[in-house]
Amino acid sequence: MSQARMVKLEKDILSKNNEYADANRKMFAERGVLALNLVSSPGSGKTTLLCRTIDALRGKLPIAVIEGDQQTSSDADRIRATGAPAIQVNTGKGCHLDAHMVGHAADHLDLAEGGLLLVENVGNLVCPAGFDLGEAHKVVVLSITEGEDKPLKYPDMFAAADLMLLNKTDLLPHLDFDVEACIANARKVNPRIKVLRVSARTGEGMSDWTAWIGAARAMALTGHPLAAELKGAA
Amino acid sequence: MHEMAICESIRGILEEEAARQDFRKVGRVCLEIGRLSAVEVEALKFGFDVVMRGSLAGDARLEIVETEGRAWCMPCGQSVPIAARFDPCPDCGSHQLQVTGGEEMKIRELEVS
Repeated sequence: MSQARMVKLEKDILSKNNEYADANRKMFAERGVLALNLVSSPGSGKTTLLCRTIDALRGKLPIAVIEGDQQTSSDADRIRATGAPAIQVNTGKGCHLDAHMVGHAADHLDLAEGGLLLVENVGNLVCPAGFDLGEAHKVVVLSITEGEDKPLKYPDMFAAADLMLLNKTDLLPHLDFDVEACIANARKVNPRIKVLRVSARTGEGMSDWTAWIGAARAMALTGHPLAAELKGAA
Repeated sequence: MHEMAICESIRGILEEEAARQDFRKVGRVCLEIGRLSAVEVEALKFGFDVVMRGSLAGDARLEIVETEGRAWCMPCGQSVPIAARFDPCPDCGSHQLQVTGGEEMKIRELEVS
């Protein structure tokens, strides 16, 4: 039996995931792809929102989608019905997408240069917060039927997101949802979070959301050769 | 949150380091877990035993050093302790805080043979 010794590591437990995320980020940057990681609880309306987003941006830029769910391919089927290429990742027992899964799926999608990649994470307000996928921004979707206290109950997700989409605003007249209190709660956790009110069903606020995507895309393309080309086309 | 996945990451790192640093058994694993890291320490301890079973760290003792949450209060211009992400500054009550500590999830050191 060899003698016991100490090994100093000081290594991040998620270092492996972060290495894959860095590789994804580099690949997205080279191709001028804006990658957004959409996170929320199950049933917030993410998939409907994505379908509407694809409709709104049709012909303006190439869009691809990675769908994460524990089981079934029904979400990817809904996305493909819009005409956008989509890959379903089933995480099985896993409660979140990780950077390795996303890199693998992105390889299969053959992302168009200068396009938009929408990653719909597994419906879960807890675990996906901790896993960097190499995205430019996490976008948290909160539907108003979930209650205004969710940013305080699940602070890590709201701290990790750059944008909160308050979805299903068409239901506001039927509920006792306090929009201002919800936004105040989100800002307690993350003073820099931006908030947009949308209804994927009626289309309310969708132009604000697509304008935000346009601005984020311009940021992602800063310094990329495609930036000048797109400016010429606009 | 995803303590099992975290334990699997730890196991992967241990196996990699075993090959790199030439050891066969891990007797003790020392982790640094920040109080704002969204890791539930009790769930991590449970997951550790389950995930390490049959591996090079099957008999390893797990030690967890928890680090306090700290944030920079922008109005006060000073570093303050916080227990949760939505805590206000204990001095001025502002939520304009930038978390500076307590998010760690690290393997500090190992006892190996």
